[in-house]
Amino acid sequence: MNTRNTKVMNRFDVTSRLIAKLKHEEAVIGGIGNSNFDLWAAGHRPQNFYMLGSMGLAFPIALGVALAQPGRRVFALEGDGSLLMQLGALSTIAALKPKNLTMIVMDNGVYQITGAQPTPAAGIADIVAIAIGSGLANSAWAADEEDFERLVDEAMATTEPGLIAVRIDDKPGVGTTRRDPVQIRERFMHGLGVREPL
Amino acid sequence: MAIAEQRTSPQAAQGSGEGNWHGIVLQTLKRNEISLIPYVPDRVLTPLIKNLHADPFFTTFATAREEEAVGIVSGAWMGGRRGAVLMQTSGFATLANVLASLAVPYQIPLIMFVSERGTLGEFNYGQSLVCRTMRPVLDSLALEHHTITRLDELEFITDRSIKQAVTTQAPVALILNPLLTGGKVFDK
Repeated sequence: MNTRNTKVMNRFDVTSRLIAKLKHEEAVIGGIGNSNFDLWAAGHRPQNFYMLGSMGLAFPIALGVALAQPGRRVFALEGDGSLLMQLGALSTIAALKPKNLTMIVMDNGVYQITGAQPTPAAGIADIVAIAIGSGLANSAWAADEEDFERLVDEAMATTEPGLIAVRIDDKPGVGTTRRDPVQIRERFMHGLGVREPL
Repeated sequence: MAIAEQRTSPQAAQGSGEGNWHGIVLQTLKRNEISLIPYVPDRVLTPLIKNLHADPFFTTFATAREEEAVGIVSGAWMGGRRGAVLMQTSGFATLANVLASLAVPYQIPLIMFVSERGTLGEFNYGQSLVCRTMRPVLDSLALEHHTITRLDELEFITDRSIKQAVTTQAPVALILNPLLTGGKVFDK
């Protein structure tokens, strides 16, 4: 499906719809900036990880979690600008074929958080075409909110890595993640059952 | 002028013998249950990479960039699986942001092996320059790092450094010097 046929959705709304579907302690990695701000605003879960830096690494971090815990489904939320920084990661994921990893790209064509400057790809490149070209055949644009939910449902049952691209508006994130990296990491490890609290 | 070839020197013996530097590194990784090995390749690291690929204990794969590999092992650590990243000096030079914004503030025991180029017979001026940025970057973040030059010290430094990284939840860089590996030399 071409991006121009897709509805412009809202990041917080779409993120909330994803979170509402998580019933099995699925891990969610929120990329830098608005991606994790809206994940935070959608309601903190112990299985959420919030990135306060390292732009572009939401999918690699999620890949690491997926490889460490193949029995747990892992979702990653990334902005289009962030993904542009690390397109090679798509091929790495396609090569490793984790069965439990789903990537969600929030595409507004701008670096919203720095002043809404257009990305170099805005109106030029198609993220789903890039993903498919990178070896991720299971990649699709979400046509609207209902279609997004359908794609998430499909992702819950799939046995290959997939990517869902969502065209979103240029609204900022609804919340602001508490910037406490040690606590974020530690609580995430508790949520994944790797550690017990002191 | 003939096309110049780049070869590793004879000291970097091939094979999987446990007495070799790369055999010691592999066994020490295994003993410390480090099984996830993303890397950006380097000529000197080739025998290590080859033997890691051949050993089913390890999940060994190339990434497009070094910071991608750092993201992967960071995620794996949080998920309960240990990893280490292999790279060259010039690759380390791309890591300042991910060290300062992920590995250090989130207290992740990132284990890095850096094949050192840029010294002891370097033939590429750019490599010698980028090498000089490595230790200042490590020192500026107060990161633990060791330059390993001797085979008889390799296992001790590697084993103890991995254990320290894990227990103190802090990154470590193990710099594999040409005195240990033979390095990469310019042959006509």
